[in-house]
Amino acid sequence: MPDTKSAVVMDADRISRTLTRIAHEIVERNKGVEDLALVGVRTRGVHIARRLARTLREITKNDIPTGALDITLYRDDLMRFAVGPQPVVRRTEIPFSIDDKKILLVDDVLYTGRTTRAALDALIDFGRPKAIQLIVLVDRGHRELPIKADYVGKNLPTNPEESVRVRLQETDGQDEVVLQQEATV
Amino acid sequence: MTTVHDVEQKPAVISLRSKDLLGIAEMLPEEITLVLDTADAMKEIASRPIKKVPALRGKTVVNLFFEPSTRTRTSFEIAEKRLSADTLNIAIATSSVVKGETLADTAMNLEAMRPDMIVLRHSSSGACHLLSRICRSAIINAGDGTHEHPTQALLDAFTIREHKKRLKGLKVAIVGDLLHSRVLRSNIHLLTKMGADVWVCGPPTLMPTDIRRFGVTPTSHVEDAVAGADVIMMLRIQLERMEGAYFPSLREYFSVFGMTEERVKRANPDVMIMHPGPMNRGVEIASEVADGPYSVILEQVANGVAVRMAVLYLLAGGADYEEAA
Repeated sequence: MPDTKSAVVMDADRISRTLTRIAHEIVERNKGVEDLALVGVRTRGVHIARRLARTLREITKNDIPTGALDITLYRDDLMRFAVGPQPVVRRTEIPFSIDDKKILLVDDVLYTGRTTRAALDALIDFGRPKAIQLIVLVDRGHRELPIKADYVGKNLPTNPEESVRVRLQETDGQDEVVLQQEATV
Repeated sequence: MTTVHDVEQKPAVISLRSKDLLGIAEMLPEEITLVLDTADAMKEIASRPIKKVPALRGKTVVNLFFEPSTRTRTSFEIAEKRLSADTLNIAIATSSVVKGETLADTAMNLEAMRPDMIVLRHSSSGACHLLSRICRSAIINAGDGTHEHPTQALLDAFTIREHKKRLKGLKVAIVGDLLHSRVLRSNIHLLTKMGADVWVCGPPTLMPTDIRRFGVTPTSHVEDAVAGADVIMMLRIQLERMEGAYFPSLREYFSVFGMTEERVKRANPDVMIMHPGPMNRGVEIASEVADGPYSVILEQVANGVAVRMAVLYLLAGGADYEEAA
């Protein structure tokens, strides 16, 4: 980590303002919050979804059902290499029916689109939503699948060699989005 | 479940060291915790409208059962199907074993068809170890003789952890046929590794002589075993494995060791009563206890599917034909 060049592209204030703006866009586009539900993709998507739920409650005085989705078992690279540790599976918690709801799927970074593809497949196993809309904090480009976000916090042009780190208070102790010149593991 | 979990701890280990699950004896405490944590995630799948995930698509699992089993075989099969694996069941009555084929030959022939995993139940202790040496497939022990039944111990531990939130420091009384029980051996390994205080109780004739070596407290007084216990685990009297007379009669056994409501009262007020099944009602356990408020026997069965999904998932990353060939 020490020798990599990195730049903060969003700080705490910027992230907070961005999420507030997205919350307003959600209300505008859906003409209210009726039938809406938030589903965050583990790990950081869940925290962003909860923050959006809080903001939406402040704006509309309505509670939006919020769930957490783990997409590990739907990954397209699970058995690609015959040997190696399996990715850690965490609990999916969607404590409401998604049938006929408009699902707001939330993730931190949109990149190849493969995570979103997995999340869409996983969601469909829970029922038949009326619609699914995609919310991402950062869209860094380089899509490998025909997937497009409905709400984007920040469009961030990147090289494939770069890595985008979203850090959140809940998981990392501070809010920031960092662009690193070299991918670190 | 109405709340979203807040805990996102990084697991201590992220994979199992072995390509096989032969027994609990070979496992580290961290590996046991990994299986239980993964099972926790798998359990939710049973509550979905579509109880199936694509994780093991294209993997072939052979369930090779040389002993009768309803619960374990069904549980494995459901677990495999929920993970989208292709499964096939081979039961002894319909296999070439009745024509005189050895276990090793049966396994080599199956191996030639390139399954990814073999779930084996066999009446000989060590049968799974034999297969693990000659097969490249992952071998999962579904019970070998009187040796081990690791997935049973894992699902027992999972059920205890769900209720008590921990394993360390709990008093667990295991009562019944100690001599013939592979469930006992796996549970002793698991519970002592995880720091539980394990008491074992049965007639002296059914008590292995070297049982203290495993770090448990043996007794033939069931009242002592259950006193203050957090968990009471009953073991079945295995008449099919008994060649001599170990006790005068089943009625006599029940009167001395049977788990009655009277005896349960000596345990902790929030005691859990467990039984791996199949139960002999009125022999090792009274019906009022088996069906009573402290009984988690059917929860154990439900949790068995989640635990076996976890094991199958974690081992699926293990065996590599190209490397081994």
